[in-house]
Amino acid sequence: MKSQMEGHGARGDSFFRGVALVAGLAVLAILGLIAWSTTKEAWPAFTESGISFVTSDVWDPPAGEFGALAFIYGTLLSSFIALLFAVPVSLGIALFTNEAAPRRLRKPVTYVIDLLAAVPSVVYGLWGVLVLAPNIQPVYQSIADATDGIPVLGAIFGGVASGKSFMTAGLILAIMIVPIVTSLSREVIATVPSSQREAAYGMGATRWEMIRYSVLPWSRGGITGSVMLGLGRAMGETIAVALVIGSTAQITSHVFLPGDAMAAVIANQFGEAGALHKSALIGLGVVLFVITILVNVAARSIVTRLDRRTQGA
Amino acid sequence: MAMPHSVQTLKERTNLTLTKRGTVVAVAVFTALALFTAACSSNKDDVQTGSSTGGTSASSGYDYESLSGTLDGSGATFPKAFYESAIESFSEVAPGVTVNYGGGGSGKGKTDLATQVVIWAGTDSTVKDEDVATFKGGAFLYFPTVAAPITVSYNLKGVTELQLSPDTLAKIFQAEITTWNDPAIAADNPDAALPSTPIVVVHRSDGSGTTSNFTKYLKAAAPTAWKLDAGDTVNWPTTSQAGNGNTGVAQAITAADGAIGYVDLSDATASKLTFASIKNKDGNFVAPTLDGATAALANAEVKDNLTYSALNTAGAEAYPITAGTYILVYAKQTDATKAAALKGWINYVLTEGQALAPDTYFAPLPTSLQEKAIAQLSKITT
Repeated sequence: MKSQMEGHGARGDSFFRGVALVAGLAVLAILGLIAWSTTKEAWPAFTESGISFVTSDVWDPPAGEFGALAFIYGTLLSSFIALLFAVPVSLGIALFTNEAAPRRLRKPVTYVIDLLAAVPSVVYGLWGVLVLAPNIQPVYQSIADATDGIPVLGAIFGGVASGKSFMTAGLILAIMIVPIVTSLSREVIATVPSSQREAAYGMGATRWEMIRYSVLPWSRGGITGSVMLGLGRAMGETIAVALVIGSTAQITSHVFLPGDAMAAVIANQFGEAGALHKSALIGLGVVLFVITILVNVAARSIVTRLDRRTQGA
Repeated sequence: MAMPHSVQTLKERTNLTLTKRGTVVAVAVFTALALFTAACSSNKDDVQTGSSTGGTSASSGYDYESLSGTLDGSGATFPKAFYESAIESFSEVAPGVTVNYGGGGSGKGKTDLATQVVIWAGTDSTVKDEDVATFKGGAFLYFPTVAAPITVSYNLKGVTELQLSPDTLAKIFQAEITTWNDPAIAADNPDAALPSTPIVVVHRSDGSGTTSNFTKYLKAAAPTAWKLDAGDTVNWPTTSQAGNGNTGVAQAITAADGAIGYVDLSDATASKLTFASIKNKDGNFVAPTLDGATAALANAEVKDNLTYSALNTAGAEAYPITAGTYILVYAKQTDATKAAALKGWINYVLTEGQALAPDTYFAPLPTSLQEKAIAQLSKITT
């Protein structure tokens, strides 16, 4: 009886290994095929534009000029703004639900945050373009007027403020990535052993000191990982950004001016694009793909380094 | 025996999280759905008033009743309102035929027809020479159906009438004229009191046949002033704003004092926008109306394949920014029943359907072009 069960288990193990192997390799194969076929489709645009595809900011389809720099800039800037707002809020929520919230509040707060993740992005986009953009424009303008002429601040906030802008896209993205950053950070913070917390309390630490010296160092790697996942989501977000970023190809330090982002350009222009234009749009996809991979690799190396340091401490 | 037990609990746990997830998704999807249906239905009410009144007479003698089959189509969103109302009344005279029109843009329509995903496509633009080879089904035919004016709509407090010449229009959309009291605008409007409000140019954020027609017009009517060329997407000045679709542009115009943009007549009317009169080739300032569009069509030069450009045509009454739209089908059909149904559908659009056009803010074809299009139906063979 016993040996029979072991035999069954061994067969199950090898079956499981087979399934897992196929699944793992399939992901690699799919990724490889996507990279290969998109690069192939984008090749005419790459050869036509050469290096200026990523160094020029002139995107002029009728003239056959395709420079994606302004869109790369827009993607990075709007995602950066999103992180700036989303990370503190997400960490705050994660710490609140894990450490500070009364027990009966934890569940509802968690539930509402998860609900945010289930809202389709087009709904955020529509809300952004119909409600947020027109109503926040006066706020932008007052900030712009207040900072105009001040060095640095004036260059970031000054000038004419538009409702559809890098900032609005960043704000919408922030709302969209809060759930993922929050729920992953929450999971990580929950894994902090209670011995760590009790040790801190035992030393006479206040709650904040306990969080500062035992929870945060322990979960630093995991939190960084969750932030990077959020960043990946922000960079790839399409429809919501397409609706609120303003669809203007420009590189400017002014965050209240309209810009454009790679995924948004693809969504906006793909439907009506001619042959070379379409190839250039697929090229944008390839560039986005490469940038996402770079960000993920960077994130991974940061996480490993932080983890090693934490374990060493 | 411990193993199956732990498996069981694991399964239970996953089930639990799954149901939780399911509720969350369901709630969100429901909210989104409710939002969308609300948006859609209100739109339809605005545009399609009285569409059911026209075209009920089945007097043409064409035998629609015997036709059968499903005709899937996709393509231009510009004539979608017209095709939808035509489909609705066609289903009454030809109960055996189901016509679908998916929209998605002229580009999608052409690609779908090229790859034979659909049997008919709607398009505002002709197929580019480089793309002809991609059409798997061989030679294709253009059937002009309706036309409509593209309005230059604006939002400027205190100014209810505005006249613009092509050069002024070109300079406004290139941000060379930046305030409403610019001498060039004042020269076109000697009687108007123009404020010093900054001009906010609104263009389409998505690639669009409307952008293509508008820029083609500027290229033709203001050849020296217009420098951005023509296309589905052009390199607009960075000071301009963008809106998604005709409704997005209309919304952006409504939102900003001093805004100006190009919007098709049905959406501009639905959004209660104010239109500028445009100076036509004969030197008259003409407001965007269906009569102006038909007048522009009457003087358009029609090529042998029935494509034409109604932009900047001669005629005292012609509205110069008038865009046509076509149904695109293969000349050689594979299925005889479907081919007959397809011919019936296009014939209906070209005859009884024309009466429905004004209800959805489209101009019917002038008789000469209509006759040519009907005659071309015989070229659809199996």
